[in-house]
Amino acid sequence: MSWHGVVLQTLKRNEVRLVPYVPDRVLTTLIRNLHADPFFTTFPAAREEEAVGIVSGAWMGGMRGAVLMQTSGFATLANVLASLAIPYQIPLIMFVSERGTLGEFNYGQSLVCRTMRPVLDSLAMEHHTATRLDEFEFIVDRSIKQAITTQAPVALILSPLLTGGKVFDK
Amino acid sequence: MNSANDNPARNTKLMNRFDLTSRLIAKLKNEEAVIGGIGNTNFDLWAAGHRPQNFYMLGSMGLAFPIALGVALAQPDRRVFALEGDGSLLMQLGSLTTIASLAPKNLTMVVMDNGIYQITGAQPTPAAAVADIVAIAVASGLSNSSWAADEDDFERLVEESMLAAGPTLIGVRIDDKPGTGTTRRDPVQIRERFMHGMGVREPL
Repeated sequence: MSWHGVVLQTLKRNEVRLVPYVPDRVLTTLIRNLHADPFFTTFPAAREEEAVGIVSGAWMGGMRGAVLMQTSGFATLANVLASLAIPYQIPLIMFVSERGTLGEFNYGQSLVCRTMRPVLDSLAMEHHTATRLDEFEFIVDRSIKQAITTQAPVALILSPLLTGGKVFDK
Repeated sequence: MNSANDNPARNTKLMNRFDLTSRLIAKLKNEEAVIGGIGNTNFDLWAAGHRPQNFYMLGSMGLAFPIALGVALAQPDRRVFALEGDGSLLMQLGSLTTIASLAPKNLTMVVMDNGIYQITGAQPTPAAAVADIVAIAVASGLSNSSWAADEDDFERLVEESMLAAGPTLIGVRIDDKPGTGTTRRDPVQIRERFMHGMGVREPL
């Protein structure tokens, strides 16, 4: 199974239905397949922060969700993580397609990428960088379950080693 | 620079946030959810009488409507109200398009518009002298958006929204008074009680 197939199937198995996103090239197939599957309610949000607000409200209403974004989008989230997800104990599940490393061609992307793990670590947030398909389902499934049972957010960073990343085309 | 009062869009009655919030709460008979945006908006919601179906934000400026959208999607049979300040909404105007595209019929949004950041010292917002929040909402695809002319009109618009076929946005022009209460800043209890109010969990 492909990495995006693992994401879709593992979300479904864990009853995670609501998937707002701000898109990324690497996430294209996953987003298309989520739209095609009637199990999911998936749609674009204007900002990652907005998507975090939506899934937080849905959680409190009894519906599980996850947010898809890229690295630069994660960089807009420090305030909402520190003021909503963490203090209110919301099991926010984030998939972050990692840009800025292993062949990045945009200097700004490589710089903003360096802020991501320090922000996660400064808030003592659970995060994993997925690099291998053979352990990916374990990471995704266990991370979703841990987020829900411990009522704490988690960031799953999708390395170019897993996804192939985005390479310079034009 | 024009003052807020020169803006021709602001020709409706100047009302009061606490009074309007109290009028709204008095109309709720079916465990409707109410999401209160940061600062004075949720202080007045708190002061209007705590209900387990109230959610009070303590940060995350601009996310009252997105949080309410999430509740509305999770519980399509429950009416969800969101109370937001004009300055807060300016932080997240894009969310209006998301709500318009999903079109939840159980969502009523109220924008408390005083044209100022009251809580930080009453500085005017960048929109105050030039923009019309309701016109922005309409242009974002929320066709069922209107200014309340006065308190009676506000109550009428609230009642209409409960029967509407799509999301409703009500703009109210308010005075520069601060909030009348102060929400107890205990995020875990706020969230847990709200989930009890939503019927998602039982108390321990």
